[in-house]
Amino acid sequence: MSNKNIIDKIWDNHIVQKKPDFPYVLYIDRILLHEVTSAQAIEEIEKRGLTIRNKQNIIATVDHSIPTDTNRKFIADEVARAQIERLRQNCKKHSITFFDIESKHQGIVHVIGPELGFTLPGTTIICGDSHTATHGAFGALAFGVGTTEILYAMSTSCILQEKPKTFKVEFVGHPDKYFTAKDAILKLIAKIGIGGAQGCVIEYVGEYIKSLSMEARMTICNMSIECGARAGLIAPDNTTFNYLKGRDYAPKGSNWDKMVETWQQLASDKDAHYDQSITIDLTNAKPMITWGINPEHAIALNETTPLLENAHDRITFEKAYAYTHLKPAQSLEGVPIDFAFVGSCTNGRIEDLRAVAKVLDGYKVAANVTMYIVPGSEGVLIQAKAEGLDKIFASSGAQLRLPGCSMCLAMNPDKVPPGKRCISTTNRNFIGRQGPDSITHLASPQTVAASSIMGYITSVERLEEHGKV
Amino acid sequence: MEKFNSLTAQIIPLDLDNVDTDMIIPAVHLKSVSKDGYGEGLFSALRTMYPDFILNNNAYKNGKILVSKANFGCGSSREHAVWAITQYGIRAVVCSSFSDIFYNNAAKNGLLLIKMPENLVDSWISASLNDASLEMTIDLPNQTISILKETHKFDYDPYNKHCLINGHDDLDYLLSCAEEIKKYEEKNSSTTG
Ligand code: SF4
Repeated sequence: MSNKNIIDKIWDNHIVQKKPDFPYVLYIDRILLHEVTSAQAIEEIEKRGLTIRNKQNIIATVDHSIPTDTNRKFIADEVARAQIERLRQNCKKHSITFFDIESKHQGIVHVIGPELGFTLPGTTIICGDSHTATHGAFGALAFGVGTTEILYAMSTSCILQEKPKTFKVEFVGHPDKYFTAKDAILKLIAKIGIGGAQGCVIEYVGEYIKSLSMEARMTICNMSIECGARAGLIAPDNTTFNYLKGRDYAPKGSNWDKMVETWQQLASDKDAHYDQSITIDLTNAKPMITWGINPEHAIALNETTPLLENAHDRITFEKAYAYTHLKPAQSLEGVPIDFAFVGSCTNGRIEDLRAVAKVLDGYKVAANVTMYIVPGSEGVLIQAKAEGLDKIFASSGAQLRLPGCSMCLAMNPDKVPPGKRCISTTNRNFIGRQGPDSITHLASPQTVAASSIMGYITSVERLEEHGKV
Repeated sequence: MEKFNSLTAQIIPLDLDNVDTDMIIPAVHLKSVSKDGYGEGLFSALRTMYPDFILNNNAYKNGKILVSKANFGCGSSREHAVWAITQYGIRAVVCSSFSDIFYNNAAKNGLLLIKMPENLVDSWISASLNDASLEMTIDLPNQTISILKETHKFDYDPYNKHCLINGHDDLDYLLSCAEEIKKYEEKNSSTTG
């Protein structure tokens, strides 16, 4: 009887070589490129006279530095413009598929990979971006890497890695009806801490996970890095196969049936061994919100912020409270906000926009709040319009913008101004992440929508109570 | 890649857990297409926000060894964080633990990362905060750290040690595996295509 878990299976399938005292030479099936981390790799390839292998398994897009307003053909920031132009030229010169601004496949790299069916079960995927773990939702082993490893993978189809430890995270129990996948992953991070899964690849299991859509599974895998994991994944099942079938890059015809059969074998064996495991009980769990300066500073919306006495890291807690202008033992319910942001590779998919539209429908965004809704891709935007979600957003006063990373990181014109408070569906509430001196509260799309209407942090549950006349 | 053998230098104490790569090099500095020019961006946001931030203190300006706490380098995978540290002039970082991606990126750029027990790291940070001139000697071939009249062994993996001491990078090794890579592809053509 074999007792391998899915992580071991994919890993073993990709070992090219292992010499004593050397790291593993691991085969990489797919590479995703964006403008920020690829130029230096391609320059080095050219400098060393190397060739790029397997170009059919590389795709590129622009997401981080681009503006999201209607006039984005001209990029005012000279340095950003040069960076994007460089990627355009590089892709042209080396015949790499590039989804440029205005392509119907442009979008955040972790949103378009799955949409195109480029992300497939059992594959190894890298991208110069820490949220590459998103692709793990399909049962792929997907690592975020630095620029040098992009260079290695482009020129040799391999990277060097030490074998990761494996970590089983099981969600059990039935949460509250307003609880979402975003809340589940924040709950895990709050529990094990932002370094809690260091050196590990996580497999998420349990009935709750199985009940989730692909979009929700991506939200969970996306934030694996926020508890320090190298990657996170979920075994593929019928939900996965139904999502992928017929997509551009997915196998077709009899090849499809053959691949589904192979993918079904990937699931962890019954007695699979893991180096670590934890069970998270979601029984009656309530939506989450962050109060501090990293994603482990998260509490349920009906709880109060932690006491300094209980902090395992008092210096960081003190710094966090000073930065977010909050106090211990305080409820976040009612804290006024200036911005509300829906988007990013964590929560910028069609299901997220649908959820936001459902909450916003018939309401107006509060006068003190600027709300941005930024689809994760052109595909999401097209679909949202087809469903009429754009009309709901417009009549509520939210701004529906063009696809990109936008306000997730302060690298393009979309920033939260100094001293302003933003409730956001993104994945990092680090100091200055959304703009110098800006304050971020991470939450689910539903919670962000409810708060935008009230003008202060609140839950859908409270909004519904208020809404009752 | 710059070789690393041994080094005696002043230390820079950074008394923080979870130093993330957004702090090390804020995103506004990431628009360049070159690998150079990141040294000035090192911790730029923290340096602006907190006048008493350690890198603003002239007493530590010759430091070449950064000492910080747990989970150093977490967050974004940007290799720019490693470039910023090395281009600022820092050659080694000593912490109680590191994030994985940062750890992988460092060795590829000649930056030595050493993991040491929390109590030692804490004691060095406080000693250096009390006396800015405090120095540390790192001997990579013998895998020892000497400071405060004591010498401690550290663990380091043999492969990265070899690369750092000789200034080799991994690409040479990967390119030498060309035959094995081809063989792998032939065997797995149905899944790698
Ligand atoms: S949306 Fe945010 S986290 Fe995702 S790739 Fe863009 S910048 Fe990174």
